[in-house]
Formats: sequence, C-alpha cells, structure tokens
Amino acid sequence: MHNPLRSEADAFKWVVLIGAGAVSVIVLTLLTRPVVGVIWAAALIGFGVGFGCRAARGSLPRDVALTRGGDGRFRLLVVANETVGGMALLDEIRDRCRNRDCQIFVVTPALAASRAAHWASDVDEAMVLARQRMELSLIAIGELGLKAKGEIGDSDPNVAIEDALRVFPADEIVISTHPPERSGWLERGVVERAREQIDLPIAHVVVDLAAERAVR
Amino acid sequence: MESATVTLGHAHDEHHGPPEAHASSRIDRQTLGIFLFIVSEVMLFGAFFAAYFFLRVVVDPPTWPPEPFELPVAVAGVNTAILVSSSFTIHYALESIRRGNRKGLKLGLVLTWLLGATFLFIQVNEYVHLGFSARDLGFGSIFYSLTGLHGAHVFVGLLLLSFATIRAFRGHFGPKAEDHLGVEVPGIYWHFVDVMWIVVYTTVYIL
Repeated sequence: MHNPLRSEADAFKWVVLIGAGAVSVIVLTLLTRPVVGVIWAAALIGFGVGFGCRAARGSLPRDVALTRGGDGRFRLLVVANETVGGMALLDEIRDRCRNRDCQIFVVTPALAASRAAHWASDVDEAMVLARQRMELSLIAIGELGLKAKGEIGDSDPNVAIEDALRVFPADEIVISTHPPERSGWLERGVVERAREQIDLPIAHVVVDLAAERAVR
Repeated sequence: MESATVTLGHAHDEHHGPPEAHASSRIDRQTLGIFLFIVSEVMLFGAFFAAYFFLRVVVDPPTWPPEPFELPVAVAGVNTAILVSSSFTIHYALESIRRGNRKGLKLGLVLTWLLGATFLFIQVNEYVHLGFSARDLGFGSIFYSLTGLHGAHVFVGLLLLSFATIRAFRGHFGPKAEDHLGVEVPGIYWHFVDVMWIVVYTTVYIL
C-alpha cells in the first residue's frame, strides 16, 4: 500500500473528481429532494473511498540511489536474518571476497513476531534477537579473515537494504533466505523486488539450517 | 536503526558525520508535511461538521435552514465557482513552472490570488447582507463557525500565495521539483481549501 496523494498534481485530480461529484449532488438535489442528494452523496463517498483504496494498492516502483566508494575496495552488503550464520552464506562471502580488499556490511532486519506486532512497533525482542544473530555472524565472518560491520535493519528487508545503501556504498549485494518452502522473504518477493529497484549485482543464497545442523 | 560493530581487521571508515536522512516514503519532507497538516485540518473541520449534523439531525428542526434563516444559494454558488476556478489557475501555475514557463507561473499565481481574494470579499459581503449573526440561535452559530473557519483558511492560503507570488516575481523557483516547493506546498494547501469549500457549500447551502 502507498500514499496516492504525493504531489500537487495528485491533489488537483482529487479536486476535479470531488468537484464533479459535488456538481452531480447539487443538480440532483435541486431537481428532486435533499434526501435524494444525501443518498447520492453517500454513494459517491463510498465510491470515492473504494477508488482511493484501489489507487493506494501495491508499492510504487522505486529506484534506489547508489553511491560508490571509488577507492578500489570491494564492498559487499549481506542481508540475512535467521540464516545470517549459515555455512552456505559464509561460503558465498568467502568466494566473493577471495583475493580482494573486501569490506562487508551485514544487515539483519528485525522481523516482528506478527503483523500486529509490526504495526504496533513491538519489535524490541526481534531487535535483540537480530542483534545477537548479527554479532555471531560478524564473529564468524571475522574468522574467515574478513573485515565486517553490522547493523539492525528495518523489518521490511527491502527498506533495510535501501537504508543500508545510504551509508554503505556497496558493489554487490547478497541476500540470504531459507529454502523456498520455508522462506517468508521469497514468498513476499524480496529478492525480485530488490533486483527491480537496485542497479547492482544481487546474489541469492539459500541456507538450509536444518540440513546444515544434520551434517554437523 | 541500531548498529553494532565488531572490530575485525581495519576500521570501517568511509562514512563521516551523521547518516543522511532516510526517506523511505519517497515524498520530500515539505510535501509530506503539508499532507500530514491537512490530515489534522480535516479533523478540525470534522469537529465543526459533527456540530452541524448534530444540530440538523438530532435537534431536527421542521425546516432547514430553520425559520427565519435564508441563505443566498445562488451568490454562494457563483462564489464556489470562483474558488474552484482558482484550483485550475494554481495548477496552471505549477504546470508552467514544471515546463520552465516563468510567465505562466506568475500569471497563474496572480490569477489564483485574485480569485481567492474575490471569494473572500464576496463572503464578507454575504455576511454583511445575511440579516442574522453568529448569536442568532444554534444555526447562526454553526453557520458562521463553519464558513468562518473556512474563510480563515482562505485568508491563510492567500498569505501563502502572496509569499509565493512575490518570490515568483523576484525570479525564484525553477522547473526541477525541489526548486518549486514554495509553490507546490501552498498549491496543495489551496486545493484542500477548495475541496473543503465544495463540501461546506454542498452540505450547508444545498442539502
């Protein structure tokens, strides 16, 4: 969902629509009785609310502004939550940073337990858990001999990526998810949306934590 | 957003100073601000409309407007047309500056200001000739409260338009979105004022 009123031009369209509706109410009232005008006005208001909700549906296409470091360093943005310490992800990071002066920025979106918790901004526990996972992952990345920094991100992974790109001039992005049958991010099209919005190479790594635990 | 750093190898040092403001809503803060302000204004008008409908529906006088009140529907109708026209002229002004037409910007702003001032003048003139005051029963109070509240908004809108017009004649504003926010924001406010009058006129004078 997005705000359908974003500029003066949008506001003007609504003035024209509301004006046209008001003219029809006024004409109908003058030709018949006020009660008919009231009923017609109520119907138009209902139609207008429906039209507004329809216009607000979906997300607007957006292009994320990018900045580049320009100092020869390779900067990798890693986006992961529960899979942040997965072996497949660490392997991917190691492969991408091999023989490079590599800098890594790990973003761990703090996912609320439920939609209600998200709307109520009840994300304290989620932030604590995300921080713990992120710090463990930073230690794991450090054990690979790489430099890393981390941040807790917005609960919407795409917003978290966008926010991170404002402070970290990444050259590539790695998004780590659970396998398709268990991944809420894949269900919500997080990877596809990121590829549409961001003009950077984006790798998708599937981390099967259950399979990794079984191997260990 | 919280951050945590584990010192590993070299320091992460490419960023200095506070981070840039995040703008995930993708609307510049001035435009978003005026929309949020308008939401609060809608609530204010809502309170006045609640009083109006309470009087009309709950008190339920046998006729509306109650005897002996009479409203100049035709004059107010002409005034409505004048105010609605000003939405078109402010839109013309903005479309002009978006295309780099400074003459159109100035013309649109001046016309909008003149139409707004005409509306306010006619409304004051209407008050003078109505034959009842805000002290005359509940209807008089709510009529003057609603239309007066709106009139105050037109006055504020005219002030904003005055600033924008003076700036336009001084050579301010440009085609890029961030260069004509000084017209865009008053323009949005002006559209809101127009819409509110359409609602006030239809509700108070017609229905």
